[in-house]
Amino acid sequence: MTARAPAPAPAAEDRGRTAALRAAAPTWLRRLAAANESWTFGVLALLVAFFTAARPSTFLTRYDLTQIATNAAIYLVLAVGMTYVIIVAGIDLSVGSVLVLSAVLSAEYTIHHGGAGAGWGTVAVSTLIALATGLVWGALQGWLVAKARVPPLIVTLGGFGAALGAAQIITGGQDPAGAVSGRLQRAIGFGKLFGQIPWLVVIAFAATVVFGLVLAFTRFGRHTYAIGSSPEAARRAGIDVDAHLVKVYALVGLLSGLGSVMWLAYFGTTSIAGHSTDNLKVITAVVLGGASLFGGRGSVLGTVIGVFIPAVLSTGLIIMGVQQYWQDVAIGVVLVAAVYLDQFRRRGRERG
Amino acid sequence: MAPPLLEARRLTKRFGHVTALQDADFTAYAGEVVALVGDNGAGKSSLVKTLSGTLAPDGGEILLDGTPVRFAGPLDARRHGIETVYQDLALAPDLDAAANLHLGREIFRGGLLGRLKVLDRAAMRRSAVTAFADLGIDLRDVGVPVAALSGGQRQSVAVARAVAFANRIIFMDEPTAALGVVQRGRVLDTVRRVRDRGICVVLISHNMPEVLSVADRVEVLRLGRRVARFTAAGTTVEDLVGAMTGALDAVDAGLAPGDRPGDRTGAGKDDPRQDGPR
Repeated sequence: MTARAPAPAPAAEDRGRTAALRAAAPTWLRRLAAANESWTFGVLALLVAFFTAARPSTFLTRYDLTQIATNAAIYLVLAVGMTYVIIVAGIDLSVGSVLVLSAVLSAEYTIHHGGAGAGWGTVAVSTLIALATGLVWGALQGWLVAKARVPPLIVTLGGFGAALGAAQIITGGQDPAGAVSGRLQRAIGFGKLFGQIPWLVVIAFAATVVFGLVLAFTRFGRHTYAIGSSPEAARRAGIDVDAHLVKVYALVGLLSGLGSVMWLAYFGTTSIAGHSTDNLKVITAVVLGGASLFGGRGSVLGTVIGVFIPAVLSTGLIIMGVQQYWQDVAIGVVLVAAVYLDQFRRRGRERG
Repeated sequence: MAPPLLEARRLTKRFGHVTALQDADFTAYAGEVVALVGDNGAGKSSLVKTLSGTLAPDGGEILLDGTPVRFAGPLDARRHGIETVYQDLALAPDLDAAANLHLGREIFRGGLLGRLKVLDRAAMRRSAVTAFADLGIDLRDVGVPVAALSGGQRQSVAVARAVAFANRIIFMDEPTAALGVVQRGRVLDTVRRVRDRGICVVLISHNMPEVLSVADRVEVLRLGRRVARFTAAGTTVEDLVGAMTGALDAVDAGLAPGDRPGDRTGAGKDDPRQDGPR
């Protein structure tokens, strides 16, 4: 994205000198310092240190940790999918609406098959409906991006409106009663693994680990980076770019569907009006985590850190008694600062 | 002399009203560097794209080892041992050299992990180090993103990728166009090394002195057809320019008649004096 022209001779000399300097530090240390995740993690650590110092007795108690993790769980699942989309140089504005539509369709099934008192069979089918809705919607958007060549911003902006509209048509705009089986709520929404870790957190953690490993260590992940880095290069290398894009958008849809199940389990309602800014929150987290909107860069580990920065910030500000509207100001500033720093470092790196 | 490795006979390619190739012939032998020269619009790119499977010809035939072939696409040509180094490199800048070398041809771990398409990064890294070392390419770290490499190093990665997988022919479209003097020399050294392995290198270039310094033979295209062939030794830049522009209407200049099997068939119909440019 920056100059590709060959460096003139003096720059080459410079490069030699800095390389010699760098060689003094061990490789793993240099790699660590060069990794986006280390910097973002530093910001997160600073925030935690600051709030801990400011309110030693109240911040990061066990209750806080559980609360932060539970609140972040659903956004984390969406953000993992968004990481893939942003790495292929795409964007998905529709995640919140797809979540709502998935929730509504699965709720409709539950309402007609036992409502709040529904058994596990209904739970299983309604969960499958939620996942399938997300998957199909995502794949459709992916097809429009890859084959119909409509820019992803437009496709998912359309999807954002259409999915929410469809959900409102189905429900008449009201959150329906009896949308979730009480069994699902008790087991997953409020249940804890070994009585310690909320199931929501376990599910989010599992999804994050699985798709983090896929991105980092498999051919699917490698091709995701390659396509985001240079679609033409990927195509020439024999990668089926269109099919891969459809899969990536289908994945983010699937994870939105999973998010809807988690949401229903925890909150017990479809919250039709409550997801209009999910997309922005999730994109913020992914970008804070070091992903480049130009594609080719990012990681699930970075995204995890990026999800927790706003979560820690808001919890910390609440504990310090700061008016909650300041959160949004703070997150906005942190976001722009993070991207600015990233650009700054990147320019340095590409020069030599 | 062995029969040609790759031969194009009377290839024709049209784009709407534009005829890019008109009965174009081309011959390449194993273990040689053959330069393909011509003025802008002479049909060099179309010819290379046709021979590397990117374009399907409208007429004529392509023979590989004397057998007619029809490439379904670049991947098909690649399966026949034909690789292309594109002018704009076609590397993924955010991936490192090792990843780029194996892009689309990843090596997987063994056993269950392999079935899950888990990459064997160490193996790919080792193979990349070997591939670069074989070509005498000095790359300090194959784990650095390609974006951080110099123009020459990037070009080397692109060439090494083609070399690592080609076992017959490599097409190189202006491989030195964006490079400085030193880097240019390195790439040309690489070209010679590749040839010495018995692979045929087809070099497309505008730089005539460079063509004459590295190529064994030169084939000249003008207005979509081959108009002349030279052996590089003893040929001057003026000869090449003359053939490219049509000022010199010599066919197979610098080649003794019947020197190579393709000559006898090629000479007559290539002669622009007989049927002239369109």
